[in-house]
Amino acid sequence: MTVAIVGVGMTRFGRHDELSGLDLAEQAVREALADAGTAWSDVDLAVGGSNVSGKPDALVSRLGLTGLAFPTVRNGCATGGVALATAADAIRAGRARTAVVVGFDKHERGAFASDPASYGLGAWYGETGLMVTTQYFAMKTRRYLHEHGLSEESLARVSARAFRNGAAHPRAWRRSPLSVEQVLAAAPVNPPLTQYMLCQPSQGAVALVVTGEERAADLAERPVRLAAVSVRTRRYGSFEVFSPSLDPVPRRSPSIDAADSAFRTAGLSPSEVDVAQVQDTDSGSELIHLAETGLCAHGEQEKLLADGQTDAEGALPVNTDGGCLANGEPIGASGLRQVHEVVRQLQGRALGRQVPGAPRVGFTHVYGAPGTSSCAVLTLEGARS
Amino acid sequence: MTTVVDPGLFTSLDPPRLAGSRCRSCGTVTFPVGGSCPRCTLPGPDTVALADAGTVWTWTVQTFPPKPPYVPPAGGFSPYAVGYVDLGDVLVEGHLLVEPGHLRIGLPVRLVLTPVGDGSRSTFAFEATP
Ligand SMILES: [Zn+2]
Repeated sequence: MTVAIVGVGMTRFGRHDELSGLDLAEQAVREALADAGTAWSDVDLAVGGSNVSGKPDALVSRLGLTGLAFPTVRNGCATGGVALATAADAIRAGRARTAVVVGFDKHERGAFASDPASYGLGAWYGETGLMVTTQYFAMKTRRYLHEHGLSEESLARVSARAFRNGAAHPRAWRRSPLSVEQVLAAAPVNPPLTQYMLCQPSQGAVALVVTGEERAADLAERPVRLAAVSVRTRRYGSFEVFSPSLDPVPRRSPSIDAADSAFRTAGLSPSEVDVAQVQDTDSGSELIHLAETGLCAHGEQEKLLADGQTDAEGALPVNTDGGCLANGEPIGASGLRQVHEVVRQLQGRALGRQVPGAPRVGFTHVYGAPGTSSCAVLTLEGARS
Repeated sequence: MTTVVDPGLFTSLDPPRLAGSRCRSCGTVTFPVGGSCPRCTLPGPDTVALADAGTVWTWTVQTFPPKPPYVPPAGGFSPYAVGYVDLGDVLVEGHLLVEPGHLRIGLPVRLVLTPVGDGSRSTFAFEATP
């Protein structure tokens, strides 16, 4: 059975000192329900995810004690993808008719702190200052630039485009455009990555209303079909965060597997994508993910960016809502933020920069510790197949 | 006698050699010592001494103090370089005792011990081969 997204809601991303994680989640769910023109009493399944900011199923006390099933998931950056896949599977299996999917997080300021034991590592790894996610992003990026002949200007172009898109998006956190020169001249946090090439922990929530095909037409003018959603963990040989050692040729990323699976399931190829959101926890990650997901060839990013092809008006619009760089990273919400943006783009009602020419095929990709990726392919009804 | 952050990381301390695991079936080498092979899943790998010299495979500089459990030096935080070193069978992550201006991919380095935290214990690091 075809599964469709018929309503979307999201809070502003950034800092919400006065609101809790559950407050944000409630706001997003209410907006998604209103967008679909339906009510919580009509929902028979909710799936929620938050990495650190509360129990998603506690939302029932705010939204209504209707007795619905409410599984929760917690899969780091893949939380949104797993939540969406869980809801879609239940609808396909006939166990639910109308589902709400919600992801949220409220992280505090500053870099994420990590506990070695929870990653199966000895205490020495944290004590000696190796357990820092931004170090990993920087080292992976430096090697990737080296192997594929990409410049640090490309990293800055990713950030400049992200902030340009964020400036146009009313729900984004960073609303000020920055030039390539400003990004390059900023403080080097973990070289080659500067301050503006790394996203910050952030706060926000996103919700979707998902139904089977037969209800979709009643609830949305232009339902967006969830053509595929897939989740994969790493295989041996991928270059992952918090790795005391790596294979001498670490090339096998879970993003490759998740994207390949999503495109195969959807029966579409990466070249057919009209708008893409890929994980950009840092500028280097976006460059790497564009190629790993098949959206371009390794090394091709330099020219794509220099020519403006990843802008909303280009041949391959990327991170049109500003991505993690402009929105920050509320881990449980980021994956669904990407879906929110793609749904609105395909429906022709983007909140920020609208991709021109009636885009019909969208793609989302998240990737995170300890080596998990989730990808989705979304199409407008009647899309070429 | 040298006190190290975790004796299990080493096969010997003088001279320092890192302890890794080598799979008895597929030969995959990992660090630190583990209970099974991450490539083919076979349990019970051999413990081996890793090469004590290699080349810088990638690197960065930690410019800001990490959050705990990081323990800053007694004299306060100062930026430090880290990277992966290609030891032939495996890439190992560690501190690089090289001025950032001299760091480059391919730089020959060798294994040494270096004090960390309050200075009472040492960890492994790599310095430029003279
Ligand atoms: Zn093996």
